[in-house]
Amino acid sequence: MTPEAERKLPALTPETEAFWTGGSEGKLLIQRCTQCGRYQHPPLPLCPACRTETMAPAPVSGKGRVKTFTVNHQRWLAGLDPTFVFAAVELPEQAELYVFSNILAPPEAVRSGMPVKVCFEHREDVWLPLFQPDDADAG
Amino acid sequence: MPADSYPERQVRITGIGQSKVGRPSDRSALQLTLDACLEAVADAGLSVDEIDGLTNHFGKVAEGGGISPVGTIETMLALGIRPVWTNPSTAEGPGHMGAIFQAIMAVATGLCRHVLVFRTVGQATSRLASRESTLLTGSRARVDGGNAFFVPFHAHSPANMWALYAQAYFDRYGVGPEQLGWVAVNGRRMAAHNANAIYREPITIDDYLASRMISTPLRLLDCDSHIDGSTALVISHRDAAKDLRNPPIAIEAMGMSVGGLAEGLHEGDFTAIAATRAGEMLWKRTDLKPGDVDCAQIYDGFSIHVWLWLEAVGLCAPGEAARFIEGGTRTALDGELPLNTSGGQLSAGRFHGYGHTHEGCLQLWGRGGGRQVKDARTCIVANGGYGYGAMLLRRD
Repeated sequence: MTPEAERKLPALTPETEAFWTGGSEGKLLIQRCTQCGRYQHPPLPLCPACRTETMAPAPVSGKGRVKTFTVNHQRWLAGLDPTFVFAAVELPEQAELYVFSNILAPPEAVRSGMPVKVCFEHREDVWLPLFQPDDADAG
Repeated sequence: MPADSYPERQVRITGIGQSKVGRPSDRSALQLTLDACLEAVADAGLSVDEIDGLTNHFGKVAEGGGISPVGTIETMLALGIRPVWTNPSTAEGPGHMGAIFQAIMAVATGLCRHVLVFRTVGQATSRLASRESTLLTGSRARVDGGNAFFVPFHAHSPANMWALYAQAYFDRYGVGPEQLGWVAVNGRRMAAHNANAIYREPITIDDYLASRMISTPLRLLDCDSHIDGSTALVISHRDAAKDLRNPPIAIEAMGMSVGGLAEGLHEGDFTAIAATRAGEMLWKRTDLKPGDVDCAQIYDGFSIHVWLWLEAVGLCAPGEAARFIEGGTRTALDGELPLNTSGGQLSAGRFHGYGHTHEGCLQLWGRGGGRQVKDARTCIVANGGYGYGAMLLRRD
């Protein structure tokens, strides 16, 4: 399912490092306010509600649902297998909390609303959060 | 603040120009820019020396595959002018309208009398060197900023992002390609009357459905096309516009907003865009109502933008744009809201927002020829996919 071409990796910053490396311990880390409990992704220095520097990476369940998705067909780069699923995954921890990623499933099996769970692909110093069907939560 | 003191009420659009479209062009990007600029200045009935402000969207960009190959400084030098104010807009502003809004403010504050605004693209020429996607990826070893949340997942193109919106809209409102395709079909029949459009052969909904898939549910005919070309317009103070060549076009109201999409932060359920705030701002600044709009030039980088924008500016209720455009009757030249009468970017080519403003003015001046909207007195122009800007234009 994984396209052949090497993934272009993200630069790690003080804000984003936890998100990209939590997979080293099998955890999806999403920034959360230690004061009011609000999640925010992508990470930023301040809590958008409290406007204070109270954000810290927090492990989430790693479960989610495909909010919307696309099956790519166009070869954007040489060597890239053009068939992949790109999706917005909504995490159950907060309404409209989305992580963009790939769904590791046959394209014809992917539907909006389908339950998924996180898995990680390790490249260099990055653990990319990817998602696969969560058969345990098929309801 | 009383409406008559709004900055947009202090100015008029007095001239427009557009280079010949190329795919690719045999003229350089700077030559195309000068073609558009000289035409706009002459159209206004001004001399080049009367231009005292110069701006463009969005400066000179070295990377990005021809997205903005010409800046204000070289244009200033090539035109042989020394304006009191030059300042390009940025990609972080209210979309392609950013430069126009800046020009409005430069004139409204009294800094300038006549500001020349241009937008140049050289994407067809750039694609001769490489057809690979470069806009989001760049040449850096690692991806940073908002693109870091798309590119590592192979989403190298905005097509992937806007496909998410099209799919969500389909899912929520129970529509599909049979409806979306009418955005492309509508534009193409208009382009038949636009000699400067790159695609002028009519297409049917079956042609649309047969076009190859790019990123589901978006097909080739849902995507605009790379071109080489430039568009320019002159924003003049209303007092300086009276005795010029054209009847001045007033900007009845403007609206702008920016969302978090380019930074990977999405708000909502993917069936609406932050342009809704631009629409709300626009209608707060005028006594006119959506029903007073005679024609609409709506950004169509991808077909789905048209649905989202029509709803954002209140011309259609949420979920109704798909059925409004389906069949093409209501958006025809003699329909209730003639739409994208130049062909839009899908058929006329990616003049990147400025083709829409050019066409809005052309319609209000009655120069539409075979695509003229009868008695057009007002036109809404909406631009942008990541930052958003809209204007309600009217014959003064």
